[in-house]
Amino acid sequence: MKFFRSPQATPYLLLMPAIIVILAVVLVPLLVSFWTSFTSYNLVRPDSLYNFVGLRNYKRLWGNEDFWWAFGRTVVFITIALNLEMLMGLGLALLVNRITWGQRTLRTIMMFPMMFSPILVGFQFKYLFNDSVGLVNNALFSLGLITKPIPWLVDGFLANFSIIVAEMWMSTSIFAILLMAGLLAMPKDPIEAAKVDGCNALQVFRHITLPFLMPFIWIAMTIRSLDVARAYDMVKIMTNGGPAGRTELIWTLMTRTGYQNSQMGMANAMGYVSILLSIAFTIMFYRNLSKARVFMGGAQ
Amino acid sequence: MLRLTLFVAMMILVVPGAWVVLTAFRPNVEVMARPPVWIPQQWTLNNFLGIFGFLPDRQQGLPVPSYFINSMVISLTSTFVAILVGMMGGYAFARYRFKGKGALFLSFMLSRTVPGVALSLPLFILWSKIGLIDTKFGLILVYMAINIPFTIWLTDGFFRQIPADLSEAAQIDGCTRWQAFWKVEFPLARSGLASAGIFAFLTAWNEFALASQLTRTTASKTMPVGLMDFTAQFTVDWTGMSAMAVLIIIPALILTFIVQKHLIAGLTFGGVKG
Repeated sequence: MKFFRSPQATPYLLLMPAIIVILAVVLVPLLVSFWTSFTSYNLVRPDSLYNFVGLRNYKRLWGNEDFWWAFGRTVVFITIALNLEMLMGLGLALLVNRITWGQRTLRTIMMFPMMFSPILVGFQFKYLFNDSVGLVNNALFSLGLITKPIPWLVDGFLANFSIIVAEMWMSTSIFAILLMAGLLAMPKDPIEAAKVDGCNALQVFRHITLPFLMPFIWIAMTIRSLDVARAYDMVKIMTNGGPAGRTELIWTLMTRTGYQNSQMGMANAMGYVSILLSIAFTIMFYRNLSKARVFMGGAQ
Repeated sequence: MLRLTLFVAMMILVVPGAWVVLTAFRPNVEVMARPPVWIPQQWTLNNFLGIFGFLPDRQQGLPVPSYFINSMVISLTSTFVAILVGMMGGYAFARYRFKGKGALFLSFMLSRTVPGVALSLPLFILWSKIGLIDTKFGLILVYMAINIPFTIWLTDGFFRQIPADLSEAAQIDGCTRWQAFWKVEFPLARSGLASAGIFAFLTAWNEFALASQLTRTTASKTMPVGLMDFTAQFTVDWTGMSAMAVLIIIPALILTFIVQKHLIAGLTFGGVKG
């Protein structure tokens, strides 16, 4: 008891409520799902929660082709989406940075997609890419570019393409806005000096602007990696994993297994794989962020 | 050339969203029209009246008012508590040195990396056991936990921007640490806290993955979950769904505009100066 009255206890007391909430709502459920991933728990048979089966769920996942497709697709999806978003965001930030008028207005327009929740972005692109009433097909028809509707969300390849377009629309501006903040904070002297020394625009970008922006790029990546799983909402409303599982990501497969097929044990095993995947991405970006910061040295 | 590229980029960012908003105000015949009708020829509010059940001939009398109230209650309550709890945590990280500080901060951030979908499975099991399924309280708890780590991250940054000298000076002048906090540091951090609050509100307001599994009926269903009601049928009601989408976007739109400056500053500060 004495400890709690001493001044050293203050930070712990301040943190106590936060710790309790996180323990109750994140850590305990994670332990539960860890346990269930080693049982044959089925929602229809509640007593199967105590039926320990060891690594059976994980072994089955290992040999399950559908799971590996979903896993691989998720990794490819994250990689493609994040990289394209970063490149487009960088382009957009550099573009807006060169404009001298109305930067505030432009930034406000760029905030626009950030206000949309993933479920709305999903709905919006489900509507735009719809083969009969969608604006995309409608416009192509009117321009005379196509004679029969393109099945954007029905064909496997096009559906994946459409989902990546939706994802990029939603998140490119986050990169652009954070990178603009970086460009704004950048000292002008080194660029002037480099120009005096005879560097061309490309060299200035390659050796001065880009290294300075790297921490900002990695911050954006880290922030994005925290919520890549939001893509679940989008895919759920756009294609729900279809056609025939061709857009199935690890997250949609997990909920299908857990809630529709009631195989909670198996679903929680997938859940753990997806958690490790998310943490791996975050740690990777965070480490790059630390490295970039060290590289920047005293500048920060 | 520069301006043209910029113009195209801005159009790509605006048109998809604007198209949905316009659809919310157009009569159903225009949805099918080819070539596309850009500006509705006849503006109509029927889509909004329809989803609120005021038009008897449209069969979708969905309980949108209760979804809206649920969303508001859940988002506001969870935001308020998350800000309070997160602020305490952020203050502790910004102003005190203590054992396990780094590890604790890291654990908070790691708890944020767990995808909502993955968390929904065990929460569904637990909440069913203790009777929190389909209650507003159950969802409020979950959104609190989601928002606390991020609030800690943001407020930590905001409090560190305020020189510690200020509160020390107040304490020398006879304030207690508690008074010094409320009279000196809190007012200075207020705008930052407001933006953290709006950010937390939007996270809760827009959340779908957890809400879709932890809610069942009008007792707790939120707006994003309600949006899925339109797709359960064989034909999708595009205009009704767009009207619902506009109702979801309006609060987000207003709040994001208010907060945009602070939000960017908070994110970059917390990240770069780590």
